[in-house]
Amino acid sequence: MKLRHSTPLIAMILFMAACAPDDAETVPEDTVENRHLNILYWQAASIVNPYLSGGTKDIEAASLVVEPLAHYDDNAGMVPILAAEIPTVENGGVAEDLRSITWKLKPGIVWSDGTPLTAHDVAFSGAYCLDEQAGCAALASFTDVAAVKAVDDHTVRITFDVAKPWPYGPFVGSLTPVIQREQFQDCLGARAQECTAQNFGPIGTGPFKVDDFRANDVINYSANERFREPGKPWFRTVTLKGGGDAASAARAVLETGEYDYAWNLQVEPEVLAQMVAAGKGQVLMGFGSQVERLMVNQTNDDSNLGERRSLYLDGANPHPFLSDPAVRHALSLAIDREVLVEAGYGDAGRPTCNVVPAPSRYASVANEACKTPDPAEANRILDEAGWVSGTDGVRAKDGTRLSILYQTSTNSVRQATQALVKQMWDAIGVETELRNIDGAVFFGADPASPDTFQKFFADVQMYTNNFQGTDPEVYMAGWVCDQDPGPHNQWLGTNIPRGCSAEYDDLVEQLSTTPPGDDRARIAKRLNDIIVQNHYMIPLIWRAAVSARSNSLMGVRMNPWDSELWNIADWHR
Amino acid sequence: MIRYITRRLMFAVPTLIAISFAIFALLDLAPNDPTGQLPLTIPPEVRAQIRESLGLDQPFHVRYAKWMEQFFVNEPLNLIEEAFDVEIGDSSARPRIRSWATRSPVVDIIAERMPQTLWVVGLSYVVGILIAVPIGVISAYRQYSWFDQIGTFVSMVGFSVPTFFTGLLAIILFSVMLQWLPSIYDTTHEVTDLTSFWVQVKQMLMPVMVLALYNAAQLSRFMRSAMLDNLNLDYVRTARSKGLRERAVLLIHVLRNSMIPVVTMIALGVPTIFSGAIITEQIFRVNGLGQLLIVAIQGADIPLVQTLTFLFAVLIVLFNLIADVLYGILDPRIRYD
Repeated sequence: MKLRHSTPLIAMILFMAACAPDDAETVPEDTVENRHLNILYWQAASIVNPYLSGGTKDIEAASLVVEPLAHYDDNAGMVPILAAEIPTVENGGVAEDLRSITWKLKPGIVWSDGTPLTAHDVAFSGAYCLDEQAGCAALASFTDVAAVKAVDDHTVRITFDVAKPWPYGPFVGSLTPVIQREQFQDCLGARAQECTAQNFGPIGTGPFKVDDFRANDVINYSANERFREPGKPWFRTVTLKGGGDAASAARAVLETGEYDYAWNLQVEPEVLAQMVAAGKGQVLMGFGSQVERLMVNQTNDDSNLGERRSLYLDGANPHPFLSDPAVRHALSLAIDREVLVEAGYGDAGRPTCNVVPAPSRYASVANEACKTPDPAEANRILDEAGWVSGTDGVRAKDGTRLSILYQTSTNSVRQATQALVKQMWDAIGVETELRNIDGAVFFGADPASPDTFQKFFADVQMYTNNFQGTDPEVYMAGWVCDQDPGPHNQWLGTNIPRGCSAEYDDLVEQLSTTPPGDDRARIAKRLNDIIVQNHYMIPLIWRAAVSARSNSLMGVRMNPWDSELWNIADWHR
Repeated sequence: MIRYITRRLMFAVPTLIAISFAIFALLDLAPNDPTGQLPLTIPPEVRAQIRESLGLDQPFHVRYAKWMEQFFVNEPLNLIEEAFDVEIGDSSARPRIRSWATRSPVVDIIAERMPQTLWVVGLSYVVGILIAVPIGVISAYRQYSWFDQIGTFVSMVGFSVPTFFTGLLAIILFSVMLQWLPSIYDTTHEVTDLTSFWVQVKQMLMPVMVLALYNAAQLSRFMRSAMLDNLNLDYVRTARSKGLRERAVLLIHVLRNSMIPVVTMIALGVPTIFSGAIITEQIFRVNGLGQLLIVAIQGADIPLVQTLTFLFAVLIVLFNLIADVLYGILDPRIRYD
């Protein structure tokens, strides 16, 4: 018999040839496709309720629908959204004693179902998050809040237990939007978990409303025809697709042009540059407060210590060599930050010497010297401090070798940075052992795991941190002496390097009573300087949020301080 | 036969309970945390409260017992209620298995994912079989011919080159360079007319073919060796000497006998359709069950991981039984009673 047909293969080839490319893009101005916006988040949204969210992806997906009283804009300022104006001490919105803030709502705002927005909705949103059983992810924004009460239909007053010089925690930024009381009233406390319909399709005041939500996959939105600004949003429908990885998300915007906007593209700079060369889109950068830094352990992490490992114990457990300021200084001096930026970040990173690099009013200029690496000086400092090279090229003093265990999360850019830093430290006679841990474990905060960043069973560790909003008070208050992680606080302390300075603690105290202004900025800068000049933390790279948009998409204002989709009502072609 | 099946099904119960316990214990031991993906700006105390709200503060055996009750009692009851539109007891007071990431019932999410997985992965399995069987037959019949050599080469390539490579290659070629096919699968697309059907075909083409190549590679080798085993047997010589046409010898006698192990093999592979093709789904953003599992593992969404893996375990046990039964039906020499 004749068996000559390898049919399937041939059929496949013919079939592919038949899929001719679509006609050239001559879409007229106002077609349905043209008014449709395709957004790609490689982490898919799981829920559309920021208060129960599991990550930035959910918060941003919800920001099209539910809105806060005010947004942070792209210059770290505040713009009123549902509020008529930003309350300050000057305009009487913030009480003289700094213990309450009164917001007035813009008149005439309605929910997408047509009912009016009132101060009771705001008060309800506060009660919703403050309920202890709700497991509210935004609870930190409500720190020290005593009550959120509606004064009348258009006025809401938030009172605090203590004087709050920065009272813009609740309802400023996409993490704490106003949700509708009518819709969520049966979802308080433990019941919050069970309100699937509400969590998947909140009614909002924003430019879009949820049409179809598929958990961990895709959301379809359509324009909210009751949106307060006439003629907006320009787009009639939005698809927010999730899944895949950062590189292929970048490809879908920059190379194939299937999508209009892609979020969080931490991709090797040369790969991204190659994609941009295709000419279909542009990369957007937003420099917020993210800093990749080294944490330098001030406590002894020797595994022989057993239960005392990496515990501060009021200074009774100092690190054998990292407690020497000369060693820490030398480690910082030896690092060429420019090289790290070039290798791993490209335009998406800048060398920095501050842990608070922005907003500019809080950014110190006292530490710029670290941007110029000086291994010779580092060697001199170590020589002077008595750390002399042994036969193996590693410096030692009294039998203590400068041998560092350097850990971080698993991520190709971080591993490349580790390798480079290892070389730089080799050059000053410091031996380095590298280790990487899966991000879900490293950042997981499981008190039973020895590998979390809080346990810090290593000499040096590296990761990025930033602060919520534009004020660093809470962030910097986390580095006071008694925030050292240990069993006494279930390893949840936030002073990860376990460094301690009396001056620092006093200044944090002062910061908590100083209203916005020059004094506040001066204290914040000084706090930053204490941390970096003591080298408890060694800042490396000021990192940008990286996204991409297609050439046809206009009106995008990359915002590192709030949801990237904060001004989506203004986006157009 | 019925007695055999009942016996096997009864044995399956303790097996599955043991499996469910093993999965639960393994997941519990894994150093993972559902609040791990929250921004670092969320302080630890808030994370602790979130964990508490998810019920993670309860001891291991309580959580396991709760899951057992939800899976074996509440969810089936709920399914019955939905199917027959009745209410059994107080259904609102009966807790369902809820995902920690989405706070919605796990079973609903799985049901939502089923269509795209069955379509893409299932179709690729069918296409794979359709490619593999003829290639296997011809390769065996014309052993060491050029066709056999090429077939061997192609299946070796399909077997050894991972789908994340072939998938990416296909995307670069057909999406980036030629711009014929979309690189992102639209799960909300609905087929209503010929144009939308064509869109659906285009978006399914790459993931299906990439997976089909992989499936076909394994099966065609298996088919070929099964054919080779039979071609040299006495009954083939007998058939030929009776003067049967070559086509009848090959397709009726040899093929049918060779299909016995291959059919078993195909049946055993069916559960892998449901578990999805994790990597391929991820590459093309098909967002089916495989992608769901990966997202759940990354986000430490334990109830979802637990339920999915357990369902896969049920399917594997079930299709093992089906394979055994099929074997008995196809091969009269085998009797179970």
